[in-house]
Amino acid sequence: MAARVIVTTSGKGGVGKTTSTANIAAALARFGKKVVAVDADVGLRNLDVIMGLENRVVYNFIDVIEKVCKLNQAIVKDKRVPGLYLLPAAQTRTKDAVNPEQMIALCEELKQEFDFVLLDCPAGIEGGFKNAAAGADEALVVTTPEIPSVRDADRIIGMLESMGKSPIRLIINRLRPNMVQDGDMLAKDDILDVLSIDLIGVVPEDENVIRSTNSGEPMTISLESPAAQAYLNIAERLLGRDVPLMDLESYATRGFISKIKKFFGGKRKR
Amino acid sequence: MDFLKRIFGGGNEGTRDKARDRLKIVLIHDRTDISPQLLDSLRDEIVNVLTKYMDIDTKKIEIDLDHDEHEVALVANIPVLRIKRGNVDVNAV
Repeated sequence: MAARVIVTTSGKGGVGKTTSTANIAAALARFGKKVVAVDADVGLRNLDVIMGLENRVVYNFIDVIEKVCKLNQAIVKDKRVPGLYLLPAAQTRTKDAVNPEQMIALCEELKQEFDFVLLDCPAGIEGGFKNAAAGADEALVVTTPEIPSVRDADRIIGMLESMGKSPIRLIINRLRPNMVQDGDMLAKDDILDVLSIDLIGVVPEDENVIRSTNSGEPMTISLESPAAQAYLNIAERLLGRDVPLMDLESYATRGFISKIKKFFGGKRKR
Repeated sequence: MDFLKRIFGGGNEGTRDKARDRLKIVLIHDRTDISPQLLDSLRDEIVNVLTKYMDIDTKKIEIDLDHDEHEVALVANIPVLRIKRGNVDVNAV
């Protein structure tokens, strides 16, 4: 199978690009693929922290491009999941340290080694986005069910289309099924109606995202939670398997029941 | 269901519909946002095509995108001086 290079992007910041990249990468590795997650956010790196690999970073991909080190010296192997790797960004450099041609060359090199290359794109539509997107064939666009985020997603989709990326698929993140039920949040179909691209998954709002960021372990490595399940499903769909969308309404109910349990039974231990 | 909602929900209308309507309008405007350069180049090309068929008053041409709340239209006002008859080769590039 030819290696696939996929950029995770959104336009707007803070909607879950890095969390999505880390969890999808870990999930694909659990499904037996050899995956490298590349932090393309030069100067504001965070993928290392989300993946819990920050203490093992020695070199970064700018070092590789500038031939300070070899590619395999910069890649960090995740010891928890076979097949999962991180290529960190430089923290003390700016986005100008790299250009699209260098990104394309780097991705070509990574394609020789891996089944999947996932690029975690910086927010915005400027150089950083263009660099990250340049190396990718496919794109995942992350949005939350809020107007500013969907609006920026629409802009980004237009740019990705004109760059010839295909397929471009949508992740709706942080959906709260009970708010949708109450008529207080944009539903999946409201967003799909206006964006008119294919959906690859809906990730419900989940406190475990914060727990997993705190502990530096992507949810798809071990935790059983609604968001982890959603990311595992997205990874399966990337692999071409036909996985039905999760029944988020039942999670809304479960959330309610667990709230009652919490109320009567105190804290759950994790 | 709506009936029950009205009784128990105190007639409180959700904000989802409002969000959906506002989002649609924002996107209509974003997607049709055009730079002055692009509009100029569109105008030049339209003039080039039209002058094959007619003499037009190029000084009085008005071309713009007309935004109202729910839709956007390309509105052009192009004064025609005379139609070119007989000597037009329609196949000429």
